[in-house]
Amino acid sequence: MHFGPHLLLAALEGLVTSAVLALTALGLSLVFGVMRVVNVAHGEFFMLGAVLAWAISTAISGHPSLGFLAALVLAPLIVGLIALVAERLVLRRLNYNPEATIVATIGMLYIIQQLALTFYGPEARPVEPPFSYRILLPWFGYSGYKLSIIAASALLLVATWFVLTRTKIGLVMRATQYDSETAQAFGIPVDRVYAGVFALGAMLAAVAAVLIVPISQAHYLMGQDPLLLSFIVVIIGGLGSLRGTVVAAVLIGLSDGIISVFFSPTLAKIIATLLVAMVLVFRPQGLFGTASR
Amino acid sequence: MKEVSPAKAYALHLGVIALLFALSFVLPEYHHGLLARIMVLAVFAMGYNMLFGYVGLLSLGHAMFFSAGLYGAGLAVIHLGWSVPAAFAAGLACGALLALIIGVLALRTSGVAFMIVTMMFAQVFYLIILYFASWTGGDQGLVVPQSARVLVLGSTSLGLTNPTVRYMSALALFSIVLLVTLAVVRSRYGRVLVAIRENEERTKMLGYDTFSNKLAAVVVSGTICAASGAAYALLFGYVGSTFASVQYSILPLLWVLLGGAATTLGPLIGTLFMYYVVDITSGYTSAYLLIVGIALILLVLFFPKGILGTIRQRWLGWLP
Repeated sequence: MHFGPHLLLAALEGLVTSAVLALTALGLSLVFGVMRVVNVAHGEFFMLGAVLAWAISTAISGHPSLGFLAALVLAPLIVGLIALVAERLVLRRLNYNPEATIVATIGMLYIIQQLALTFYGPEARPVEPPFSYRILLPWFGYSGYKLSIIAASALLLVATWFVLTRTKIGLVMRATQYDSETAQAFGIPVDRVYAGVFALGAMLAAVAAVLIVPISQAHYLMGQDPLLLSFIVVIIGGLGSLRGTVVAAVLIGLSDGIISVFFSPTLAKIIATLLVAMVLVFRPQGLFGTASR
Repeated sequence: MKEVSPAKAYALHLGVIALLFALSFVLPEYHHGLLARIMVLAVFAMGYNMLFGYVGLLSLGHAMFFSAGLYGAGLAVIHLGWSVPAAFAAGLACGALLALIIGVLALRTSGVAFMIVTMMFAQVFYLIILYFASWTGGDQGLVVPQSARVLVLGSTSLGLTNPTVRYMSALALFSIVLLVTLAVVRSRYGRVLVAIRENEERTKMLGYDTFSNKLAAVVVSGTICAASGAAYALLFGYVGSTFASVQYSILPLLWVLLGGAATTLGPLIGTLFMYYVVDITSGYTSAYLLIVGIALILLVLFFPKGILGTIRQRWLGWLP
């Protein structure tokens, strides 16, 4: 293959990564933006989504698309419920203290990971894609399913944007993010908003995982890379900024796809992580964000 | 903070050291070996406590300081054939230098950003170890040869693989670090650190240069952690990338939280307790991370002051 098509392939792979990353990072960003909680267990909600997708799709016989659609609806709901319980039982009792919640979510990370290992096992298991149509480009054939991931993610992002900016729920969320005390004084049930946002953040990660699992595989350690990458995206994009998150996800996803085609993935990770740490040190509001309040 | 009577505090610490010394002669072999390891890891926790407990800076990257000492000492022996004291010094130097660099950068941030930045630097350090696998052994790690782990003192040479020598070396390191920590936290400097933890703005207003005080604390903390890592490499003869992973940044946090942050003996108690809990439960189940996770959540929910912190608050106000 020549350089041009090779680059196109790398870019397409990068776009798929970006699509999934944007959803996952958006969940992390919402939780941090509204609740000021750094959710270290976010990657584990992602993993749970993938593992549940496997469990649901193998439980349902018939055409693979049936099982996949069931997983796409049920897995995020279950993950959201788990997150809701965790929020009520732990985070709320900590009064959302930033440092205590980090320690607590680290605890959740270990618990979820270990339970997944115990009940799901150490194997990586595939989920059959709902359809296997190949789009033939002049240079190579490309999986139609992968392109549909990009479309689905774009759709979900637009929907989230619509909810955040054009509906009452979004208004309530933004008010809580802007000033939770004043919001409370105006009769907004801040407590319930927090619970809802935490569940929503986990559900976004779970949806992303269900979308990606037919082309990667479900494994109990698969939450680690999305967590780190989401941190990177959220930091570069500026906290709580939806547009920044999407732009940064595309940037990181594309460069990750292209760099790891041409360089060693470990070296790519070293450079990316170091760069992001430096951004956080020298420009804490992110590259696109405005100064934090 | 109540006024601490110096004699009482020093008597207690010397008593703990004497007890550990006496235990060397009565413990069965298995627990003897375990306690030596716990003392070395308690030094790691004490280094962490220096920053987390006294300055209130929560780092999620201390595994890099531990493994800087571990690899600094281990690689000096393996690749350069250095003697034990020289290798130990190399480990300390690596840790101190790394802590200085990381401190200058990471201390520009605070709060949550500080946690994430330290975690990312530690991740970079971990990946670098994996990347240079031909030197560091990568995932597999390296074994420090037994023949090189000999401490030559004048005409006598002590093999660090001998259980008694190993225990006494671990105890010596532990005692030195414990007494140094006690002296530091009781000093003027230690009080400035606590003042920074309680109210950084006010400390600044009182005329203290908080940045350089914090930087010094990062360097002291990093060097103590590196000492623990270097001792681990030389006493137990294994150098591996697991020790640089995120998990080993979380463990000292857990040990300190459990034992009691900002108490001098808390790190020992936390490490001892957690190590035995994991050791006993791993006899029944491999799911020891589950225990770690549950312990973390229960601690922050119900025991944010840890064992010694609670004892100090309820009964013994003079505990340092």
